[in-house]
Amino acid sequence: MKKLTFYPGCSLHSTATEYDESTRAVFEALGYSLEELDDWSCCGASSAHATDHYLSIALPVRNLVLAEKEGVDEVATACAACYNTLRKADHAVRTGDPAAVKANDSLVDVMGQKYAGGVKVVSTLELLSRPETLAAIKQKASKPLRGLKVAPYYGCLLTRPAEAVAFEDPEQPTSLDRVLAAAGAEVVRWSWKTECCGASLALSRPEILKEMARRIIVAAREAGADVIATACPMCHANLDGRQSEIADLKDHPVPVYFLTELLGLAFGLKKAPAWVGKHLTESRSAVRAFIPAGKVG
Amino acid sequence: MSVALVPSQTFLHEVQSHSGQPISLCYQCKKCSAGCPVGFAMDLLPHEVIRLIQLGARDRVFAANNLWVCTGCKTCQARCPNQIDAGQVMDSLREMALRAGTAALAPKGRDVNVKTFHESFLSTLRLFGRSYDLGMIGLYLGRSRAIGEHMGLGLNMVKKGKLKYLPERVHRMGEIRKIFAKAREKR
Repeated sequence: MKKLTFYPGCSLHSTATEYDESTRAVFEALGYSLEELDDWSCCGASSAHATDHYLSIALPVRNLVLAEKEGVDEVATACAACYNTLRKADHAVRTGDPAAVKANDSLVDVMGQKYAGGVKVVSTLELLSRPETLAAIKQKASKPLRGLKVAPYYGCLLTRPAEAVAFEDPEQPTSLDRVLAAAGAEVVRWSWKTECCGASLALSRPEILKEMARRIIVAAREAGADVIATACPMCHANLDGRQSEIADLKDHPVPVYFLTELLGLAFGLKKAPAWVGKHLTESRSAVRAFIPAGKVG
Repeated sequence: MSVALVPSQTFLHEVQSHSGQPISLCYQCKKCSAGCPVGFAMDLLPHEVIRLIQLGARDRVFAANNLWVCTGCKTCQARCPNQIDAGQVMDSLREMALRAGTAALAPKGRDVNVKTFHESFLSTLRLFGRSYDLGMIGLYLGRSRAIGEHMGLGLNMVKKGKLKYLPERVHRMGEIRKIFAKAREKR
């Protein structure tokens, strides 16, 4: 087992426990053990960068200092929002952005040391899409997702701003496509891969959010997809959570899965049906063919 | 109402230095507006905000809802030929408006909820070091009285076990408190 230091973030411990469990199980099946960064704190998410530049650096960088104190040089995260926030703060400190450098200096007083710039934050999607991992996924997929038409949805946080976060082409990413294809799924081509779902407006402006979500989900359906796959708990909450309130979708919903749930189904993991059972949009029937008999319900 | 616009560079310099963005380089190609996923809900399109900043039209910039409904998705940033991050400009305008604390710069109507949401989120973060959804939602709904539009979603989330009753707390809370204290000092 290869050890991987893991930053779960708040969503994976609360609204998206199915993403947390499926990520751990899939990585374990691929030979990794995920160990949580000790005493991690929230990255600040949209609310910090939307209202307070100092917090948008200091909150995520606290976690990078924790990693350096543990002697860890790589931290993996499955949440696209945490990934984005941690990477942006790391990039700002490393490239000498004056406000970020000052915020980092202030951490000496908070934690006894500041961030030295020695931690690589990686997305679990990036790890899954490495060629050797793709080969392992193919090998592990005892129940390949044959015939399942999936729209790969990246959202904004995994690709932008490119200089700080993108590990591939920011306008035409393909990592999720490749992972899904390795699991045997039929990946559809569509133009809405990196369109924003409106996550940060989820509570404050639901009417705007619903229109943004509607456009993405309808586009996936028009492209021929049966289901959508994502690697972001914010995107998942928004695309999955409100379909019953959207006129175009309530009678013909499109289930939305975390990438690792689909991998779990392909690997034949016993807990996979329970994970997809936690979605607010009914998500079992679309993948019934991949659920072992007696496991539905 | 028509207001004569007297071009001034003061506001431009203020926003440029706060955001670190080279706003004066914009030549109005409108790629930011073409790609903006929230454009349909904005009072002005992103390129218009940038132009008004160049012209020093401070009041018109703060009167528009753009800074409150921008989601920070950075599509504009990715496509700008002059490396202007319009999303960062919106973050800066929002921070300027919040710091000013005046009625003139405060969000109006439905945009108030954006401010209320961020405050509620950061309140739970300050208390626990991690976000606590149930607490945050309670604070937000109490302050915004927007319970009607979230009732269905909330009940479904409870039914599916998506809302944890108890918060998780960071052990070294002193560090979190110090970070928030420093943020307050900087205002």
